[in-house]
Amino acid sequence: MKLGKVVGTVVATRKDSRLEGLKLLVVATLDPDGKKDGFYEVAADTVQAGFRETVLICTGSSARMTARTEHAPVDATIVAIVDAVTLDYK
Amino acid sequence: MNVAKVLGNLVSTVKDPNLKGRTILCIEPLGGREPALFAIDAVGAGAGETVLYTTGREASFAFLPDFVPCNAAIVGIVDEIREAKK
Repeated sequence: MKLGKVVGTVVATRKDSRLEGLKLLVVATLDPDGKKDGFYEVAADTVQAGFRETVLICTGSSARMTARTEHAPVDATIVAIVDAVTLDYK
Repeated sequence: MNVAKVLGNLVSTVKDPNLKGRTILCIEPLGGREPALFAIDAVGAGAGETVLYTTGREASFAFLPDFVPCNAAIVGIVDEIREAKK
């Protein structure tokens, strides 16, 4: 699971019916220090994350393990909004 | 599965209902070649400890019968690693 920063939204009218009603956000992935690592992911939002918020994303087939994304064709889901990260043993 | 050192933790208020009450830890795989990642703790590990973790879909099996949306889970606390003499 990785950290990410919400940097945009994706709008799609024609899409798989199981994606209807899902919010799709463009997320810039971060390293644990909060620096952007240069990669992006379009993730389904299940926690009502907002623009510029730091979030935790779950990728792969476990992205379908939330109630909202079950059976939906997604491979990245925002599962939490991050308040703080403490790295004492870095 | 791989071994990693726990660097610290992540605090989150708004999260998936199945993540409520779970500890999210930042871990760095030993060896220094893979980047640090976040994993859900299944065994009660803490910062500074060496742990065993699983990635992918199988990681969420550590929490069955709950369906926890995670692709990395800490499944053991490492006591020692013995290496064969070369």
